[in-house]
Amino acid sequence: MHWLASPRTGGMAALIAVAVALPLALTNNYFYEVAILVALNAIVCVGLNLLIGYAGQISLGHAGFFGLGAYGSAILTARFGWPSLAALATAIAAAALLAYLIGRPILRLRGHYLAMATLGMGVIAAIVVATEDRLTGGPDGMPVPPLSLFGAQLSGEATWYWVVVALLVVAVWLSLNLIESPAGRALRALSGSEVAAEVVGIDSARQKVRVFVISAVYAAAAGSLTAHYSGFITPSKVSFFHSIELVTMVVFGGMASTFGAVVGAAVLTTLPQLLTAFKEYEMMALGAIMMGTMIFMPRGLVPTLAALAAALRARKDAP
Amino acid sequence: MSPELAQYLLSGITIGAIYALVALGFSIIFNASHVINFAQGEFVMIGGMTTVSLIGTGLPLPFAIVAAVAVAAGVGLAFEKFAVEPARGAPVVTLIIITIGASIFLRGLATLVWDKKLHALPAFSGHKPIEIAGAALLPQSLWVIGVTLAIVLLLSWFFGRTLPGKAILATSHQRLAAQLVGINVRTVLFISFGLSAALGAIAGILIAPITLTSWDVGIMLGLKGFAAAVLGGLGSGAGAVLGGLVLGIAETLSAGYISSAYKDVIAFVLMLAVLFFMPRGLLGGRITERV
Repeated sequence: MHWLASPRTGGMAALIAVAVALPLALTNNYFYEVAILVALNAIVCVGLNLLIGYAGQISLGHAGFFGLGAYGSAILTARFGWPSLAALATAIAAAALLAYLIGRPILRLRGHYLAMATLGMGVIAAIVVATEDRLTGGPDGMPVPPLSLFGAQLSGEATWYWVVVALLVVAVWLSLNLIESPAGRALRALSGSEVAAEVVGIDSARQKVRVFVISAVYAAAAGSLTAHYSGFITPSKVSFFHSIELVTMVVFGGMASTFGAVVGAAVLTTLPQLLTAFKEYEMMALGAIMMGTMIFMPRGLVPTLAALAAALRARKDAP
Repeated sequence: MSPELAQYLLSGITIGAIYALVALGFSIIFNASHVINFAQGEFVMIGGMTTVSLIGTGLPLPFAIVAAVAVAAGVGLAFEKFAVEPARGAPVVTLIIITIGASIFLRGLATLVWDKKLHALPAFSGHKPIEIAGAALLPQSLWVIGVTLAIVLLLSWFFGRTLPGKAILATSHQRLAAQLVGINVRTVLFISFGLSAALGAIAGILIAPITLTSWDVGIMLGLKGFAAAVLGGLGSGAGAVLGGLVLGIAETLSAGYISSAYKDVIAFVLMLAVLFFMPRGLLGGRITERV
C-alpha cells in the first residue's frame, strides 16, 4: 500500500473518492451549491498555493485575476454576444497575458514590497470595475448568461457539480505534477533562498513569472465559471477583501500543501454558510481565524495534522 | 494662482496631512519591528468612532478626544502583546496575515460595538470658512494642518532629544547592538505600537468633522497612508510627511482636473511607480528587499 502514502497517488485517490461519494450527502440544491462554490474556490487556492506556498511569493491582489475572468466572460457574452466558451478562453488568455506583463517588474520585489505592489494592482482593478459602469454595471454588478458548451446549456446543480469537480481534480493533478517536476523543485529552491537558487543555475525571475501566470490562469478560470454559475457578478468578487479571503484559505489549509489548499477552501467556504445565524460575527471570526492560525499553527491545518499523525505513528512503532 | 487651483491645493494639503499622520504610524512600527501593520487604518477608525460615542454620552470634546486616543493606544498595545509578540521571528507572509487578520477582526468588532452607519463629529471651532486667495478654507483644515505640524515637531524632538526616542531609533538601526547597550527591545516594540496607534487615532479624529467616520473608514485611509509611506520611503519620518502631502495634493488635483471617479486610483498608481522605478522612495528610506 506504499502508493497510498504519496500525495500524487494516495491523495488523488482520496480526492476522487470524496468527490464521487459526496453527492450521496448532497440531499438538496443548496448543499450542491455550497459544494460547487467550494470546488471553485479550491481551484483558485490550488493555483495561489503554487505561488505563495511553493514559490514563497505573496499576492494580495489575486481577486483581480478572479475578477478579470469573471467580468471578462460576463462582458464578452452579455454585452458583445460572444459564445461563452470563446469568452472564457479569451478571459483566461487575457489574465495570463496581464500576469506575464506585470509579473516581471512586480516579482522583482520581495516581502512587504511585493505585498504592497500586488495589493495596489488589486485595488486599482477593483476601482476600475466599480467605475466603468457602462461595461460592468458599476457597484450594482451585472447579470451573466449561462454557460453553454457546444450548443448545450450547462444547467442543473448536479451537472455543474460534476463539471467543476472534474476541473478541480485536473487542477490538483497538474499542480502535483508541477511540484514534482524539475520546475517545481526550482520553485521550492526559490522559497528557500533565492540567491542559492540563482547560484545553482535557476533563472529565478523566469520561474517566478511562470508560476505567477499559472496561478492567474487558475484564478481567472474559476472566476469565469463562478460568474456563469451564479448568473450574477458584483465588484465584491474583485475587492481587496476577496483577495484576503483567498490568501486566508491557502494559509489556513496549509502553505506548500496542494491538498491543504483544497481543505482550506472547503472549510472557509462552508463555515460562513454554517454560521449564517451569527452573520454579524462573520468578520470577527475570519480575522480571528487568520491570527490564530498564524500564531498557533503557522504551517496550516493539513501539514500540522500530518506532522501530528507522523509523530503518533513513530511513537507506536517505537518498541 | 486661480482660485480653483488654490482650493485644490488647500484641500490637498489638508487630506495630505492626514495621510502623513497615518504614514508616520506605518513608519514607526516598521522601523521598530520590520512589520508592516496593515491594521493601521483601524486605529484611525477607532479614534473617530470612539470620540463620536463619547460625545454622545455628553463628555466635552477635549476630554472625549483624549480618551479616544487612549483607547486606540490601548488597542495598539494589546494587539502587539497578544498577536505580534507571540509570532516574533516569523516569516514576512505570516506577519502580514496576522496584521490583516487583526484589521478584519477590529472592523468586525466595530460593526458590533457601533453600527454600519456614517457618523459626524462636530467641527472643533465652527464652520465659517476663511477666504485665502479666493479659496475657502474650513477652520477644521487649520486644525488638521496645525496639529499635524505640532505632532511632526514633537516627534522629531522625541526621536532626536529624548532617551526613549533615541532607544527606538537605535533599535531600528541595529537591533542586536541596541540590545547589547542595554535597550529593552521588547519594550521598544511595545511602545512603538502604542505610539503609532495614537497617531492613527488623532488622524481619525481630526478628519472626522470633514469627511464623516464609519466602521470601514480605516480601509481606504489605511491603504493610502501606506501608499504615502512607500512614496516617501518606508521607514523615513520626513519621507512619510512628504509622501502624505504629495499624495494629498496629487489626489485633489487629479480629482479636479482629470476625473473624480478615479481619484482613489492615483495613490496606488503613484505607489506602484515608486516601487518599480525608485523603490527607496522620494527620500530614500530603507533599502527595498529586492533580488
